[in-house]
Formats: sequence, C-alpha cells, structure tokens
Amino acid sequence: MRTLPQPATPPYTPYHPRWYRTHVSTYWWLHKWVYFRFVLRELTSFGVAYFCVITLFLIRALSRGPEAYQAFQTRLANPICVILTVISLLLTLFHTTTWFSLSAHAMVIRVGSFRVPGILITAGNYAAWLVVSAILAWFLLR
Amino acid sequence: MAETIQLEVARYSPEKDSAPSFQKYEVPLRKDWVVLDALNYVKDQQDGSLTFRWSCRMGVCGSCGMMVNGEPKLTCATFLSKYAPGPVRVEPLRYFPIVRDLVVEMSDFMTKFRKVKPWLIRKQEAPLSEGEFLQTPEQLEVYKPFSMCINCTLCYAACPVYGLDPFFIGPAAIALAQRYNLDSRDQGADERMDILSQHEGIWGCTFVGECTKACPKNVDPAGAIQQYKLAAAMNWFKTLLVPKASP
Amino acid sequence: MAKRPIEPFLWTLFSGGGVIAAFFMPVLLFLLFFAFPLGLLHAPGYDALHSLVAMPLVRLFLFVVCSLPLFHWAHRFRYTLYDGLQIKHLNEFIDLACYGGAVVGTILAGVMLWNFS
Repeated sequence: MRTLPQPATPPYTPYHPRWYRTHVSTYWWLHKWVYFRFVLRELTSFGVAYFCVITLFLIRALSRGPEAYQAFQTRLANPICVILTVISLLLTLFHTTTWFSLSAHAMVIRVGSFRVPGILITAGNYAAWLVVSAILAWFLLR
Repeated sequence: MAETIQLEVARYSPEKDSAPSFQKYEVPLRKDWVVLDALNYVKDQQDGSLTFRWSCRMGVCGSCGMMVNGEPKLTCATFLSKYAPGPVRVEPLRYFPIVRDLVVEMSDFMTKFRKVKPWLIRKQEAPLSEGEFLQTPEQLEVYKPFSMCINCTLCYAACPVYGLDPFFIGPAAIALAQRYNLDSRDQGADERMDILSQHEGIWGCTFVGECTKACPKNVDPAGAIQQYKLAAAMNWFKTLLVPKASP
Repeated sequence: MAKRPIEPFLWTLFSGGGVIAAFFMPVLLFLLFFAFPLGLLHAPGYDALHSLVAMPLVRLFLFVVCSLPLFHWAHRFRYTLYDGLQIKHLNEFIDLACYGGAVVGTILAGVMLWNFS
C-alpha cells in the first residue's frame, strides 16, 4: 500500500520559519467554565464507583446478620458518611442529566425520512428514568 | 454606540520574536463591520505587516478562523459590535503551531484528513451503461449535515483532546468519514473502520461537545463521533462472533 | 489486517455502565444510603431486605449494577487522568489501576452475591 510521504512536521531548513507551539497548560480545564463543567461531568464517575462500593458493603452487612446490618445502618448515619453520600448523590444526578442530554446527539432514530429531534429522545430518557425509579422505590418502600 | 473599539491582536514574527505578544489597534466601530473588516482596516490603514488568512468573506471557504475573545470563530461571520465596548482579543487558532501573527500551520489537520479516505470507495465499480447512482432525498438526508463541513478547523481549536493527544484524528475528519460511511453510494465503511477504530483514531474523544458548539455550519461533529463509536463497537462484536469472510 | 483493538470493547463497557448508572443509581442511592439510615422514610426491616436480596433475579440485578458501572468509572477516570493531568505517559500504570480495580470489584461482587445467604 502506497503511503503518503509527508510527515506532519516538515523538516526545518535555514529558510523555514520557526513555528511557535503553544504549550497546553495542565490546568487547561480551569481556563473556561465549559471545560470545568466537562471535568466535573467526568468526575461523576466517582459518584458511580462510590455507589458500587457502598452497595457491596451493604450486601456484606446483610449476609452477616441483623446486628451487622444495624451497625452498618448506624455507620451510614455518621455525618462524614452522610456528606459523602450527598456528594455522590449530586454526582450521580449530574451524571444522569448530562448522560440523557448527550445521548440525544449519539442516537439517531429515523421514522421514514423524519429524524426524531434530540429533545424528544432526552424527554423519553427522563420518562423511562422516572418509571424505573418509581418501580424500584415501590419495591423498597412497600 | 462608541466611535471606536480596541483590538488586541496577537503578533508573532519568527525572525524577531521568541513568543507571541499582543499589539493594540483602535478601529472604527461600524454597525455592519465584522472582525475581518477590522483586521483589514488595520492592515490597510495602520499596520501593513499584520498577517492573516481570509478569502470569501462570507462564511463558506473556512479560511478566516481565529480565536476571538478565547472562542474559535470565523472572523468574517462575527460582528464587531457584539464585543462593544471591547477590547476584542484576536489570536491565532488554538492547538495549531503559529507560523506568523494570526496564521497557523494546518498540515497536521491535512494529514489526518486524508487518513480517513474522504472519497467514495467502491468495491465493485458499476458499469457506465447502468447510468448514474440514484439516491433518494431520504438517503441524502442521512449524511447531508456531515457534508456541510467547510474545513475551517474551528472544531479542532475547540477540542481539548486534540490539543492534548497528538494521535487523535479530530472532529472534522471523523465527521467526514461518517459522511462517506452513510452515503448510499459508498462501499468503503470497512476500510475506514480499520483505520479509525485503532486507539489513535476516534477513541481519544471524551465527548466534550465543544466542537459542535464551535461549528459554523451545524455539522455536529460530536454527534458523528458518538455514532461512529457505536458503529465501531457493534462492528467489534459482530466480527468477534462472525469473523470477516474473505472478500 | 491490524491487531484487533480493545478500545471498542472498553467503550461498550463504559457505555453500558453509564446507562445502568444513569437509570438505577440516583433512586437507589437516595433510598438505601440516605433516606433509610437517616429515618426519613420507612426502611424495610432486616428480614424483608434480606429475603429481597436473596432472590436470584435481584442478585443478578445487583451484580450488574455493581460491576458494569465500575468499568464505567475505570474508563472515564482513565481518560480524565490522561487529559486532565496530562499523565498519559504513565498509561500502563493507569490502565492497570483503573481496569484492574474494576475487575477486582466485579469479582468481589460476583463472589459475594453467589455466596449470599
């Protein structure tokens, strides 16, 4: 297969101008609000991981008997744990909202020649989320 | 409205400077002027050494992309009065090497652009006697937004991943690959998949979404990339379960 | 043909984990770890919760909810480190730590839920 011979950076010669390459700062994500919000969105993965870990602890407490479970509940009510849980709750909510609005871009649903507008896809996601949440809540609250 | 507005323009002369610096110019603030008009006024009346690219002055050629107050814009499509009372900071397009003043080196984009094979690929050429390829309006709608790209590379200037990852192919190139993949006349989706699905292709993208915001032609490159990721993932599973038959 | 890339598979795990996290986590996190311990809502007793979790389908559901989102975290955090802190040169270490952590979590979840009694 014939490959294109040009490198991305042509070789320097005495007559070649010296390009200036701006170095991207390590704190590029602090320079614009949009970038900061993006990094916050990416950090929601920690809220997700927190849920996984703490659920495994819950399962362990459940399998060890009523006293262990009660002790676990008491630990959960500890202020530090509550703060962590609230932060994780905010992070997972942020994940959910951003995930739904992003999925409108990624999913292309066509009915004939008509492309379903993104806002309907997002609305559909929210509706499904409400239904799923209601079902799970019913299982736990009945 | 004030009479004049101040422009802060990045200057860099490779013969004299080691780094870019800013020079201030006072230009008339006319209601119908765009930033490109102001730059041309400076070049005509105040400082003939100011160097920048422009061509069509109506937002179809993609030559005049620059950072205006930190946002990538086509300077022929950005009204000066929007930035009143100023100052307006004009810098060369971000994440590209600066050649001189506001002119950047685009060869990295050009190389990546060619990599995705942005042309119709046919596995079997149709004979001339069959006539032209027919395409319905519905088939056209599927890829039409991605065909509107004018290669202005504003999306590259908006994409932090492009600035950080030298191997990332970039929004416009992937959107163009998707334009050809979705074209009913094209049979080259597998060839492009092999190229783009490598780690250095599309997977650097973390869906920041700034490329779509920066695009002056509503191409939605972020959407194209996510759709391509989905297609690449499905292809990965499909070829895992059903190995590709020899052509 | 080039070596089969692993990235599409990892992205699928990230994507699946993200969908599961988006739909199931907020309500479960709120109820199980905020409302119930603080007594804001009436919690199911130990027996009710234990028998609920013991059901095979519920255990399968919990396994999926506790494993796939860990891969979502791994993939996302890996790229956050690459781009946010520009430490891509440490990529072997980062990849191992992230995906390794997710694998360990998945194995733990599997073992605990399989042996749950």
